[in-house]
Amino acid sequence: MLRCESLTKTYLSGGRELTVVKDISFALEPGAFVAIVGPSGSGKTTLLGLLAGLDRATSGTVELDGVSLDALDEDARARLRGEKVGFVFQSFQLIPTLTALENVQVPLELRGLSARPRATELLARVGLADRGHHYPAQLSGGEQQRVALARAFSNRPRILFADEPTGNLDARTGATVVELMGELNRDFGTTIVLVTHDADIASLSRRTIRLADGAMVWDSAA
Amino acid sequence: MIAPFVLRMAWREGRAATRRLALLTASITAGVAALVAINSFTDNLRSSVQDQARSLLGADLSFSSLQEFSPSTEALLDTLGQEGIARLTNFGAMAYVPRGAGVRLAQVSAVAGPYPFYGDVATAPADAWRTLQHGPFAVVDSTLLTSLGVHLGDTLALGDGRFVLTGTIVRAPGDAGVRSALGPRVFIPARYLASTGLVSFGARVEREAFIRLAPGRSAEAIAERYRPLLRDQRVRIRTVADDQRNLDNALQRLGRYLGLVALIALLLGGLGVASATHVYVRQKTETIAVLRCVGATAGQVFAVYVTQAAAMGLAGSVLGAALGVAIQQLLPHVLSSLLPVDVSTAPSWPAVVVGIGTGLWVAIAFALLPLISARRIPPLAALRQDFDETPRPRDPWRLPALALIAASVLGLATLQSGRWTTGLAFAVAIGLAVLLLWGASWVLVHAVRRWLPPQWPYVWRQGLANLQRPANQTMAVLLALGFGAFLLATLFLAQYNLLQELRLVGGPDRPNLVFFDIQPAQLAPLAREVRGAGYPVTTPVPIVPMRIYSVKGRTAEQIAADTLRAPRDRSGRRSAGGWALRREYRSTYRDTTVASERIVAGHWWKHPAISGGPVPISMDADMAADLGVRIGDTIVWDVQGTPVLTQVANLRDVDWARFEPNFFVVFAAGALESAPQTYVVLTRAPDARARGALQRIVAERYANVTSLDVSLVQDAVERLVNRVVLAIRFIALFSLATGAVVLAGAVSTSRFQRMRESALLKTLGATRRQVLQIVLAEYLAIGLLSAVAALVLALGAGWALAHFLFDLPFRVPIGALLALLGVMAGVAVGIGVWGSVDVVRRTPLEALRGT
Repeated sequence: MLRCESLTKTYLSGGRELTVVKDISFALEPGAFVAIVGPSGSGKTTLLGLLAGLDRATSGTVELDGVSLDALDEDARARLRGEKVGFVFQSFQLIPTLTALENVQVPLELRGLSARPRATELLARVGLADRGHHYPAQLSGGEQQRVALARAFSNRPRILFADEPTGNLDARTGATVVELMGELNRDFGTTIVLVTHDADIASLSRRTIRLADGAMVWDSAA
Repeated sequence: MIAPFVLRMAWREGRAATRRLALLTASITAGVAALVAINSFTDNLRSSVQDQARSLLGADLSFSSLQEFSPSTEALLDTLGQEGIARLTNFGAMAYVPRGAGVRLAQVSAVAGPYPFYGDVATAPADAWRTLQHGPFAVVDSTLLTSLGVHLGDTLALGDGRFVLTGTIVRAPGDAGVRSALGPRVFIPARYLASTGLVSFGARVEREAFIRLAPGRSAEAIAERYRPLLRDQRVRIRTVADDQRNLDNALQRLGRYLGLVALIALLLGGLGVASATHVYVRQKTETIAVLRCVGATAGQVFAVYVTQAAAMGLAGSVLGAALGVAIQQLLPHVLSSLLPVDVSTAPSWPAVVVGIGTGLWVAIAFALLPLISARRIPPLAALRQDFDETPRPRDPWRLPALALIAASVLGLATLQSGRWTTGLAFAVAIGLAVLLLWGASWVLVHAVRRWLPPQWPYVWRQGLANLQRPANQTMAVLLALGFGAFLLATLFLAQYNLLQELRLVGGPDRPNLVFFDIQPAQLAPLAREVRGAGYPVTTPVPIVPMRIYSVKGRTAEQIAADTLRAPRDRSGRRSAGGWALRREYRSTYRDTTVASERIVAGHWWKHPAISGGPVPISMDADMAADLGVRIGDTIVWDVQGTPVLTQVANLRDVDWARFEPNFFVVFAAGALESAPQTYVVLTRAPDARARGALQRIVAERYANVTSLDVSLVQDAVERLVNRVVLAIRFIALFSLATGAVVLAGAVSTSRFQRMRESALLKTLGATRRQVLQIVLAEYLAIGLLSAVAALVLALGAGWALAHFLFDLPFRVPIGALLALLGVMAGVAVGIGVWGSVDVVRRTPLEALRGT
């Protein structure tokens, strides 16, 4: 489903080269639920960005559902994301000017598909059937993240990337959200890549990859 | 496939940002309003001219001449005028009412025949014109009644003639306020003309014959046929089409130039759009990044925001067009005294469509530059706000976007002015002014930051530092506000300097009353009369009327017939028998130069003319150029039938703006003394009343002598200048309005940011009063800085206008400019504080929570 080979990312910072992801290789099967863990600054989010095609690697390759990301330009990668990828962010990243329902509709509408029934169904699935017409500012953090989750699943993604999805939530709400992700993973067979520094949350996954200083130091599947 | 998403997204996004977008919209509203108002008004004016063209001339054809029509011309008039002929004899004369005290130089027209054939002379009472021919009656401009302090029913004296005032003119053919501003009109029946005794030698009398043609006969064809023949006899032919064409051209030019002033307001609005869009895109960075994450292409994101800008541009333009149509109702009132026809105020749909189209175009063109940067917001920005963006090469679309703006300015200016050269000059001038204003603003903002005294109170330092808060729009606001102020200040400086010069011309030691058409025998008694009243009399200046017989051995007729060698006219075109060749010259003779002239070539003669040889003459340099003569060339003059051979001895630069007897041609003394001539003398009387009394005495005793109170001319010119300036200022005000809207937009866009700032300050212990003072300091600085930048530039522009265009010394009305400074500061503070009520009022917790 997802394969990366010798993935390296180097930034120029204040004139110095800073390698934040060092030579990482692994592969995920369809339906996998993997947690990428590590302390702050270990390169988790950068790795996630590279895997999702949000950024280009300095060297190495990423193959997503059989498509090599390196060969695609920005817009082609955007289209690929629109078809196959879902996202959940630490700060929810709902579009503040859109209602909950409209936020969920966006990925499908981008592809010119009918969106409303599916979005309504997904909101019900995350327990927000009656909150569809509320704006993000009118929802609690947990509710916002559930809307984000519904949005992430609206286009039936083959793979879901979640960046610290519980980082801005209290422990109980956080656990509920990740449980919900697990359910969706089981029900839809979506591969899930979860970045977190919370060991309890990571334990809900079926595979854990640990980073330190940009390098992969442990893989529970190895 | 994409379009529905783009439209839906643009709608949903816009829906939540109505307030911010509304201000973006309003940025171009004022400009479109000005443009639609002006263009709609001009369209109406032109169609009114078309509808009322025949009543402008009052006939199909008119013949006019400053001499009696020759027998052959009379024969032609008889033939052509079988359907109808009317005549006017026009001349200047002193008008007074014997039982009253005043006197006034009037433009008298003696009417014979059923004038006008088309349109009518509207009078009060209504039948005054119809009954004019029934007796020795006079119908006059109401200003004459006012200035003489008399009423209908009184008896008006014109020379030896006496006329009962039976009505005032409400509207007459060819009624353009400018003409009557210089002297009220008086219409009398022609059969009583002789009773005045005023049409004598030396008087400048114009004869006009108005012809009504049989249906189907073409006035144009007749004019075409007879014009060359009658030119030699110095008869001018006008047709309805000529009048219409001239007026139409003039109106079109007026409309186009006022339209350019309106366009400035619109372009400033474009600047406001660009600035607001820039901030808007910055605020939308996360949203755009998320859209990119969930699969939106750069093109889709770009399309969403361009659609929003276009929708807002359209809304602003439609609103502006509606406003423009409303304002257009006011314009005829502002300009009424300058208009020759009644103007309808119906909206002109072409003007509305062009206005909306222009507004939409400006909104899109100016929004594109900031919007192309939206394409480059990476999806990674959603993941981490502090993403470390590796430096990218400059956006290749930046240059085309800038080029589009430049091309738009050029295109719109060309469209508005009708000429690409004018369009280019306008675009370059605007570009230069924006650049200079930008530079001045930049220097001021940075100077404030750099040299802000650290001992100043905190609230002032904070307020001024706020000018440079992140995502500020200070430069755009300074530019938009400043440009409006710059326009108004420049206009004011030009007007002030023109009028000031006019007032100084009539300074305390200058003559202010002119008597002309004085016969030689009247000279001594008249001078005695004036001196007797206690006023000085200048040396009499003789005036001898004459025409050109030949230039450099070729007769005027020969030159006129030879278009290739014909003299050039003022516009540089060679015209057979140019004005310079055919006109009547009123020349003088003397041995010295006067203060209002300067020798630019050759030398003034040392001795009077010697009999037998050519008489040395001095010519106005421009007139010499028109005639194609240089120093040493010979000209033979026809002085009342006597040929006089002359040789050009020198050329002069004449300051015609001075109210003095100035001449195109001055003869050396000794040659013209025995020619038939009249005299001009000048005097100075301290006040209008004394001048009036003196004029009255002279008018009663010397009926043929006309006199002119210079201050009345000054008043008339001043009124005219003020009216024209009022029209331009009215349109220029829209630029200032646009500046105010851009400022309001900037205040609104930064509201949330300022709310957080003030919440933080309040948390740290700032009182509401201090927060208010900070707001005051910030907007006071914006108002003052924009005004200072504008004034610096306006002083430069005003000086250049005075120096190069008007050729005047430059004077600065310091009080008025300081007042402008105060107004600008007031406007900026007003808008700033009005938009910051929330910022001051909210509790810190409310603001920090963002509820």
